[in-house]
Amino acid sequence: MTDAFAGPGPEAQFQSYLEDGKFMIQRSKTSGEYVFYPRVVNPHSGAADLEWVAASGKGSVYATTATSRRAEQGGDYNISLITLAEGPRILARVVGIAPDKVAIGMAVIADIQDVEGQLAVVFQPA
Amino acid sequence: MTSPLRGKSACIGLGMAGMGEAPGRNSMELMVEAAWLAARDAGIALQDIDGVFSATAVHSMPAMSLAEHLGLRPKFSSSSNIGGSSFMAHALNAALALEAGIIDVALIAYGSNQRTAGGFKTVSEPLPYEAVYKPRVPLTAYALTASRYMHEFGARREDLAAVAVAARQWANLNPQAFMQGDLTVDDVLAARMISSPFTKLDCCLVTDGAAAIIMTRADRAKDGPRTPVYLLGAAMEHHHRMISAMPDMLNSSARESSQRALAMAGCRAEDMDSYQLYDAFTINTLLFLEDIGLCKKGEAKDFIRDGRIAPGGTVPVNTNGGGLSCIHPGMYGMFVMIEAIRQIRQSAGDDEGPRAPGGWLGTAKLCLAHGNGGVLSSQATTVWGHADTL
Repeated sequence: MTDAFAGPGPEAQFQSYLEDGKFMIQRSKTSGEYVFYPRVVNPHSGAADLEWVAASGKGSVYATTATSRRAEQGGDYNISLITLAEGPRILARVVGIAPDKVAIGMAVIADIQDVEGQLAVVFQPA
Repeated sequence: MTSPLRGKSACIGLGMAGMGEAPGRNSMELMVEAAWLAARDAGIALQDIDGVFSATAVHSMPAMSLAEHLGLRPKFSSSSNIGGSSFMAHALNAALALEAGIIDVALIAYGSNQRTAGGFKTVSEPLPYEAVYKPRVPLTAYALTASRYMHEFGARREDLAAVAVAARQWANLNPQAFMQGDLTVDDVLAARMISSPFTKLDCCLVTDGAAAIIMTRADRAKDGPRTPVYLLGAAMEHHHRMISAMPDMLNSSARESSQRALAMAGCRAEDMDSYQLYDAFTINTLLFLEDIGLCKKGEAKDFIRDGRIAPGGTVPVNTNGGGLSCIHPGMYGMFVMIEAIRQIRQSAGDDEGPRAPGGWLGTAKLCLAHGNGGVLSSQATTVWGHADTL
């Protein structure tokens, strides 16, 4: 057993950072390669060598969809895949812009906001 | 080198139940009915079945429930669930268990009453890190893929719509298809937007339905009343569960699964008499035509022009009407395989029921049935052939 498996798991740690207002991702101590979503072991190499680092928050929209929803349920919302500046891809909402105006290639920046009652990483046009 | 599994097992019977709508029947009851019909079609007693394979979206242990309902004591069973492609994976597992002599007769079955029970439901757990954003699983993932595909290759919504139109044209020849009637590209574009770029008509149906097949070893397959249809090749691969973890959004592992299945079968992609490709959404058909190697990446939109995959075209695709217009009871893979098998049986002279002219190909001896599961996650390809192809 290595220290990599001690303490709270990656999901609990990510959530704890989030509640402290931090968007953290993982990085391989060996290769420097970044990982998201949070893993127990590095899926690129199999090594148990991941450490937490603050995400730059910078990214660009890789794919996007405007999800239709009735106005009384909150109206339409955006879901996008964002390619982080560090490399990994994350699924999240792009906010601060009409859901159908989010464009592929658009530069975005991360924020931590309440998403329908739950704290989450969202992105806004940079 | 010939694969030791090529043609060593065959489908000797099949059954379908509750096609479209089956009010008052629950999922397991529909699955039992399809299994019973498949055994009768194969000319075997239910008690001859000693291998049971099943997956559904709403049961955690369907193979056990199904065996209990049918009074079976399987020597081998699997409720392995990799989404809609589970049944192609089950066929591969059944072929292995049959060839190893662990079992003699395999039943693979699916059943769902989702339409009459109030819509798509699943025991699939919410995706950690993503559930908070309320993605509509699996719809959102395919819509995202379509958005990227359009951006990358200059495809338009009209190109996606053309897939739905071809599927409907096939459905119009098939009295068993749930959706019938004229459908144009403009109709698809004008339908209610669900998740851009998809309207309702870019998305699969929400129906009831159950289906089952019986497989046995080739040495026993010739004894039955039906034309045996041999499993010539089968292969699977998966590499992600959540769409954000897909290594390359525009290249699914259908490339790897189809290459290995075709290699096992000793065939090339272009050799098939029909291509049954799991069309949960219009983008699927475009991706899979490319991934199985019928055209280059990004060129499917041109490949399907002028009705090439529609009735009368040179590349028959989803000849039952597909998940878009025939049937889609939550998981559709079983019906994909059954359509491949039925085209071969009908061509050999078996009575498969009526279709309008052109709905039965009449000359099919080799058919590919490709399954997709999750969010372009699991891919499993099967190649089925008439005895002449052995």
